[in-house]
Amino acid sequence: MKKRVWINLVMAVLVAGLFLTVSCAKKTVVSDATTIEDQEKIQAEAKAKAKAKAKAKAAEERIAQQNLEDQMVKEKALKEAKMQAAKSEFENQDIHFKYDSSKLSSMAKMMLKEKSAWLKENYSASVIIEGHCDNRGTTEYNLALGERRASTVKAYLINLGVSAARLNTISYGEEQPLDSRQTEEAFTKNRRAHFAID
Amino acid sequence: MVSFVMNKLYCSHNMLNKIILSAIYCFLSFCFLEISLMPAHAKDYDYINISNPFLKKTPVAVTRFKAFNGHNSEVEDGRTAKDILTKALDFTGYLKTMNSAAFLSNPAESGIQTGQINFSDWTGIGAELLITGEIIETQGRVKLKLRFFDTFKAELLVGKIYTGPRSQIRKMIHLFCSEISYKLTGKWGIFDSQIAFISTVKGKKEVFVCDFDGHNIEQITTHKSICLSPSLSFDRKWLAYVSYAKGNPQIFIKNIREKRGFTTNNKGMNISPAWMPGQLKLAAALSFSGDQEIYLLTLKGEIIKRVTKSWGIDVSPGFSPDGKKIVFTSKRTGTPQIHIKDIESKRVQRMTFKGLNNTSAVWSPDGKKIAYVGIEKNSINIFVMDIDLKMPVQLTMNAGDNEDPSWSPDGSMLVFTSNRNGGISRIFVMNASGSDQRQLLRLEGRQSQPDWSMSKNIKN
Repeated sequence: MKKRVWINLVMAVLVAGLFLTVSCAKKTVVSDATTIEDQEKIQAEAKAKAKAKAKAKAAEERIAQQNLEDQMVKEKALKEAKMQAAKSEFENQDIHFKYDSSKLSSMAKMMLKEKSAWLKENYSASVIIEGHCDNRGTTEYNLALGERRASTVKAYLINLGVSAARLNTISYGEEQPLDSRQTEEAFTKNRRAHFAID
Repeated sequence: MVSFVMNKLYCSHNMLNKIILSAIYCFLSFCFLEISLMPAHAKDYDYINISNPFLKKTPVAVTRFKAFNGHNSEVEDGRTAKDILTKALDFTGYLKTMNSAAFLSNPAESGIQTGQINFSDWTGIGAELLITGEIIETQGRVKLKLRFFDTFKAELLVGKIYTGPRSQIRKMIHLFCSEISYKLTGKWGIFDSQIAFISTVKGKKEVFVCDFDGHNIEQITTHKSICLSPSLSFDRKWLAYVSYAKGNPQIFIKNIREKRGFTTNNKGMNISPAWMPGQLKLAAALSFSGDQEIYLLTLKGEIIKRVTKSWGIDVSPGFSPDGKKIVFTSKRTGTPQIHIKDIESKRVQRMTFKGLNNTSAVWSPDGKKIAYVGIEKNSINIFVMDIDLKMPVQLTMNAGDNEDPSWSPDGSMLVFTSNRNGGISRIFVMNASGSDQRQLLRLEGRQSQPDWSMSKNIKN
């Protein structure tokens, strides 16, 4: 009997304790709700912050990428401009000759070395070497002289290692003067071998 | 060729046989182009030696043409015919027509035949030669009766009747001029000859052809590229020239009327074509071998043989009248100079020694001279040289640049290019002695490289 009392006593204590626990727990639940609310806010804020950060980072990356691209385009353009410059120099710098001569001067030889370097770099290009004359000669003789000038230039480039297959020649004699004035300056300008990229 | 031309014989009983002969001969020559038969009386033709550099022009009186019916268009055509005749005779280097204000009689009224002419009226005013004419026009057809007299001998030299449509008056007059030329010089002259030349059209060089006096200009090519060095074959049916139309310079050989032709197809340069007299063969400079040499070509542009064998520039060939030799420009001695090569014997002779730049030689039709271009101190001029004497005679001076000489078929004149008027190149003519230099034609653009057709007959 005594044992039963003890059990009941313990039970009572337990029930009381349970009650106490329940009331306490209720209290905790209330305070927890506010915490959860705060946390959600914090989390949302953090999320937003992270999002903003990610956005900023993406923007940064994008700008960097853009800069890089810009840089590359710029570099490419620069390179192209350089190549274009080399090409136009190749095309526009004529080899000049003395009156009634198809002999290469030392200046002409130097220029032809530069031209052979360009031809080696641009191995796919083939060119037409045009021979031209001043008009101090007859039409037919100047056609012949113009051809001599073009073929002398071609032979020199072949000696420098450029393949003959890439070098074509044509003579225009006195038909296409650069300067049609009748002055020594004009005559000098017109006595030339001109390079045209095919 | 000239089927409308009919030659009848009339007047001059004492020259009956001669006239019959020449009428038959002329009829043959006009119908069959058979000019090579020299008539029996060739010996009395040397009235005028056109190769004489000190030639004095012979005064000739051309009288007003008698109009048979007297109607307006007949009178008008008579005036036109006389005008064409006067201009043609004045074009020559050896005749000078007289001012009609000095004439003492008018054969158009007093009579145009031998017996009706008072020759002292003409010798008295210094006319050594006299031409009378009559025009009869019916239903658009024209009959021209033309007489050519020696006033001092009081003798008819040539009498001809031509009939044809009104549009052919110019042609009829020029046929009569050929007769006059033949009577006076022993050569048929320039009156049926043509000149091929280059002119720019919208900046592009094209080939043109015109009559000896710059009339009837006709554009032949429309390549819209660069055309150069035209050359007419002896029969004037073929035109050879250089064109860049296919890229590199090739020689085009074109039948002018039939619109067909041939083109060379060699690499390198194919330039300076020149026809052989009396044959449809060409000489030209080709560089396919890697060196510029002169070759003989067929009408189709195929190679017959190589003529020169020398490293360096060989260009601008021209044939001797017999076709056996070639005059050309060569740089074999270091500067461009004129050389002559015998095609058979291969013997080469250098012709020019004065000056450092002598090019573009052409052989005179009598075979005795060459005309060429010499450049000294930047000044470009035309020279003539007797082949045996080798003494250069300068024909142009102090009048711009002068180049591209070409002989008239009778050798009495030269056509050439000059830029003496404002630096723009134009076609000029002069007598073989260098006198009477004048512009031949007026045309838009710039003209150059005239080529005067050679005689259809090798002997002329």
